[in-house]
Amino acid sequence: MVTEKDVQHIAGLADVGIDDKELGTFTHQFNAILEYFDILDRVEGNGQATRDLYNILREDEIEPSLPQEDVLRNAPAQEDGFIKAPRVM
Amino acid sequence: MADEISFSPDDKYNAFLATCKRAPHGNGKLAGVAVAVKDNITTKGIETTCASKILKGYVPPYDAHVIGLLKAEGAAVVGKTNMDEFGMGTTTENSAFGPTLNPCDTRRVPGGSSGGSAAAVAAGMVRMALGSDTGGSIRCPASFCGIVGLKPSYGRVSRYGLIAYSNSLEQIGPLGKTVTDVSALMGVIAGHDRHDSTSLDKPYNHTPNADIKGLKIGIPQEYFGKGVDPNVADVVKKGIGRLEELGATTVPCSIPSMEYALAAYYVTCTCEASSNLARFDGVRYGPAPDTKKSWHDAYQEVRSAAFGTEVRRRIMLGTFALSSGYYGKYYAKAQVARENIKADFNRIFADVDVIAGPTMPTIAFRLKEKSDPLSMYLADILTVPANLAGIPAISVPCGKSEGMPVGLQIMGRMFEDERVVDVAYAYEQAVN
Repeated sequence: MVTEKDVQHIAGLADVGIDDKELGTFTHQFNAILEYFDILDRVEGNGQATRDLYNILREDEIEPSLPQEDVLRNAPAQEDGFIKAPRVM
Repeated sequence: MADEISFSPDDKYNAFLATCKRAPHGNGKLAGVAVAVKDNITTKGIETTCASKILKGYVPPYDAHVIGLLKAEGAAVVGKTNMDEFGMGTTTENSAFGPTLNPCDTRRVPGGSSGGSAAAVAAGMVRMALGSDTGGSIRCPASFCGIVGLKPSYGRVSRYGLIAYSNSLEQIGPLGKTVTDVSALMGVIAGHDRHDSTSLDKPYNHTPNADIKGLKIGIPQEYFGKGVDPNVADVVKKGIGRLEELGATTVPCSIPSMEYALAAYYVTCTCEASSNLARFDGVRYGPAPDTKKSWHDAYQEVRSAAFGTEVRRRIMLGTFALSSGYYGKYYAKAQVARENIKADFNRIFADVDVIAGPTMPTIAFRLKEKSDPLSMYLADILTVPANLAGIPAISVPCGKSEGMPVGLQIMGRMFEDERVVDVAYAYEQAVN
């Protein structure tokens, strides 16, 4: 069971924002979905039996990257050839 | 000088988000063939939005690997198709740019999330299209619109340039009116790509073969049980009967782990989405954040305004399932369930060559019919097992219920995409 406070906390962690009008609806929907997910409590086994995946690695070679102009073209805020971001501190 | 085709369709179904009035093409296996591309596949110089406001105006500086392959074989990329935002949906109603309508009945959805690609093919606007399938997003709209769609084995088609939603589940794949077209497009897009670390060197060079004498088909009871519309089940059973007339035999089987499949799927995809979609903050592309504000305030403002409700819901569900204290209960358990599903498929495929059943439990929904998220999720129950196991699966039209198309789903052993194509081809040739 999650509360409105839990959902508000998760929305903050995920940086998706949430307003008071949505909070009740999301909380109600989350509880219905999480109740459905509870079926996973009954899953048995250690999940190792058929694991047959392996990593594919390549040499870490330097290749040409995109020109700076192309990379900056989609950035909405720029300054002196850099992408401008919000304050971190 | 390169040739070009002109493309100005009457898009009354809202299948396209962008079209190229004059689309260049070269020579090759698909010379001059108009191909529509789902809008989560990166196209150099053509706006690519994932049907989200957060990517409005984003014009990629590079092509996805599959787009390079299409161009190398002479195809004309004529436009970008509508979809559920970031692939999150089963109806294409979750697009920020309005729903796509089903060409078979415009009061109904085309399925999703590759609904624009399916509608464009079904309406005859293009001969073939690319979609992507994370939990059924190629097969569902193929089924609802009465066309053919293939989800390839995981690793056969490069995901480089596919804007990621759930990396461990999704594959790009072909949609077309005929199995032959789907097979031809698969032949162009499959193969190894060093830019995708999950890409395997398994090219597809195959011409469909309709001889299925002696083929053993597993019929899982779960695909004809609770939640499946009895009329849809009957149509599919008749379709499987046609395969028996062609010399195949059927064997009843069971996938007990299917009980957990939908929960395992939604836990996995929301967890992966919560990580993947963290990159959309408006800084490098998209709507500008207020750089005078602090990081979290600025990002919350951009992301709450530019992501749709379903996208925010899935990001939050994934964030919750991965958060401290819940990881073991949800994500870890989902991965165990996923291995159990693979084990069930391996066990069944030791006895049978393919597994057959309905693609979707119902015909296409009416617009706005599925307003509750959980009831929408439940509609994916028959398609998600193939994504969890990574195996190939195709949907081929097999008749109608209430005047709407029904899809027959054929699932095969890992990397036996050729075989599911052959079975679909045998069915298609027998009924046409």
